[in-house]
Amino acid sequence: MEKFTTLTAIAAPLLMINVDTDAIIPSREMKKVSKTGLADGLFAAWRYTTPGGREENPDFVLNRGPYRQAKILLAGLNFGCGSSREHAAWALHEWGVRAILAPGFGNIFYGNCVRNGIVPVVIDNARVEAIAAQVERDPERNRVTVDLRQNLVTAPDGSTTTFALAPADREMLLEGLDAIAMTQKRDAEILAFQARDRERRPWIYP
Amino acid sequence: MTLSIIDKIWREHGVADLGDGTSLLYIDRIFLHERTGSVALKGLQAAGRRVRNPELVFCTMDHIVDTLPGRTDQTRMPGGTAFITETRAAAHAAGINLFDLGDERQGIVHVVSPEQGIALPGVTLVCPDSHTCTLGGIGALAWGIGSTEAEHALATRTLAVRRPKSMRVSFDGTLAPGVTAKDMILWLIAAHSAAGGVGYVIEFAGSAVRALTVEARLTLCNMAVEFGAWTGIIAPDDKVFDYVRGRPWAPSGARLDAAIAHWRTLVSDPGARFDREIAIDCDRLAPQVTWGTSPQDATAIDGSVPDPAAETDPNRRKSMERALDYMGLSAGTNLGDVRIDAAFIGSCTNSRLSDLRAAAAILKGRTVAPGIKAICVPGSTQVKQAAEREGLDRVFRDAGFEWRESGCSMCFNAGGEGFGAKERVISTTNRNFENRQGPGTRTHLASPLTVAASALAGRIADAREVTERR
Ligand code: SF4
Repeated sequence: MEKFTTLTAIAAPLLMINVDTDAIIPSREMKKVSKTGLADGLFAAWRYTTPGGREENPDFVLNRGPYRQAKILLAGLNFGCGSSREHAAWALHEWGVRAILAPGFGNIFYGNCVRNGIVPVVIDNARVEAIAAQVERDPERNRVTVDLRQNLVTAPDGSTTTFALAPADREMLLEGLDAIAMTQKRDAEILAFQARDRERRPWIYP
Repeated sequence: MTLSIIDKIWREHGVADLGDGTSLLYIDRIFLHERTGSVALKGLQAAGRRVRNPELVFCTMDHIVDTLPGRTDQTRMPGGTAFITETRAAAHAAGINLFDLGDERQGIVHVVSPEQGIALPGVTLVCPDSHTCTLGGIGALAWGIGSTEAEHALATRTLAVRRPKSMRVSFDGTLAPGVTAKDMILWLIAAHSAAGGVGYVIEFAGSAVRALTVEARLTLCNMAVEFGAWTGIIAPDDKVFDYVRGRPWAPSGARLDAAIAHWRTLVSDPGARFDREIAIDCDRLAPQVTWGTSPQDATAIDGSVPDPAAETDPNRRKSMERALDYMGLSAGTNLGDVRIDAAFIGSCTNSRLSDLRAAAAILKGRTVAPGIKAICVPGSTQVKQAAEREGLDRVFRDAGFEWRESGCSMCFNAGGEGFGAKERVISTTNRNFENRQGPGTRTHLASPLTVAASALAGRIADAREVTERR
């Protein structure tokens, strides 16, 4: 996984509440058993004028000028709620998103971001809205910085906000670690647990 | 020390403490389906990793398969066949249990899992599917994960999980006739928002929960994720032990006795601490129906569409306006006056035998209103066969419903099967998101009783009107 340390980029405001993963990537856009080839289907129902079509809807934020280059999303409460489809994180990453600032995330989506090099930043709604207002004045110049080494978001006007991230999640993002390889180092512990468990709860093992 | 049911199951599964409230939890059962499980199995293979204990890993075909009679590997979803054939090949290569098309054990993953005795009280069970929380109804600690996490669980039989905060939601009192578990959970989400449970693991408790059948408990827990919760769970009791007995993967004989003795300890001790408590009085609860595009947009069936202008939170107001525009409704309309085009009975929320019986009791001897497209999709092949033995398929067919093979079907639009744009559907499913049941489709969530009664009336209707007339 790609490492994340710090990023200064164009931020796109998409401030609706309860944006679900069906909206981030509609099921009909997940056409293959694959983690790639998904960027085209990102927000398809909003981004294009017809279902399954590719004619752009000029009103949708990611189709507008500088926002096409956005690497940061400014989002509303409960972003990524709904289906567990990791395709939502894969599609966002493939399209170019590396960090999302929101007052809260859907739980499974949050974990999927961390495992795919997207930093889910939880900051309060008023702050997200204030940053969005600054960005909207001149998205190209008014960039936002997400610094994971310092857990700090810097708004275009230079004001900063700290955010919290679980140490394990932070380390995974900073180092680009593979979680399976990390756990496999504990294999002896896992096997010992299983051996004890077979005695304790034999009904678990047919 | 006083412990909650969650504390107990958590402790029992802790392989290692990773610090900062995170545990490496042992995973007892893993379930996959062809939509998201396929990509996990393929990813694992590509990384040169093997499935540990494949005998405890299960896979079903439910999301992409067709539900029309005489189905094959062909589906209407572009590229859908590849999901089916690649999942089959990967499952065989990994040596896991596969409930394929044509197998009598096939069905919607969360319906099959308790039906086959795979989900048991006290187990940890994961699936790359958000409604895995359904299995809390049987006393399992079960939650939805992403595909990458599924690879982790498959390869190591563990997951690193940060302990969520705990919440107890106590439903007390008695449900009036015609009011169901679906109405309880919709009411909770409407009262506390779709994000009300974010960051929490929830124990559903109280006399009204204890009074529910096991199948109704599965319905209640199914929508814990629509409340934003990590998962939900209900302490197992004799009803659950009776339910489990004799199921294919459940223990039997002395092993079952030992298991039950242990399962009896899986209750929250008196005085167990929760980070948040919510108490709900069920005595005055009415059947619920949604008017918008989030499960939190629910209201009593005799209510009306709320007015966004009366909403003080500007974000909420904007989302209400957008929802009403999408749904083609205006503020103040009585829900009972809203005409429908279609009715759908199915999904892991409400497609078990008891749901079909309840709907059939309303439909019996009646026919759906002219022009209504009505579809019933049993949750599993076993449910379908049991329903047919009782003659429920005849009741549905005679009333004008299509009777289908089991699967997720029109619960979500996989690109092939869905309802039309602006078609208004009353549905027993769990998500009324924009485009969920088809591009532009307008979904109203409700119980099987409400869906059956509405199909007859051709508009949103209270099942109690039908039963009272009788
Ligand atoms: S029935 Fe619907 S909600 Fe349930 S698993 Fe299938 S697609 Fe998901």
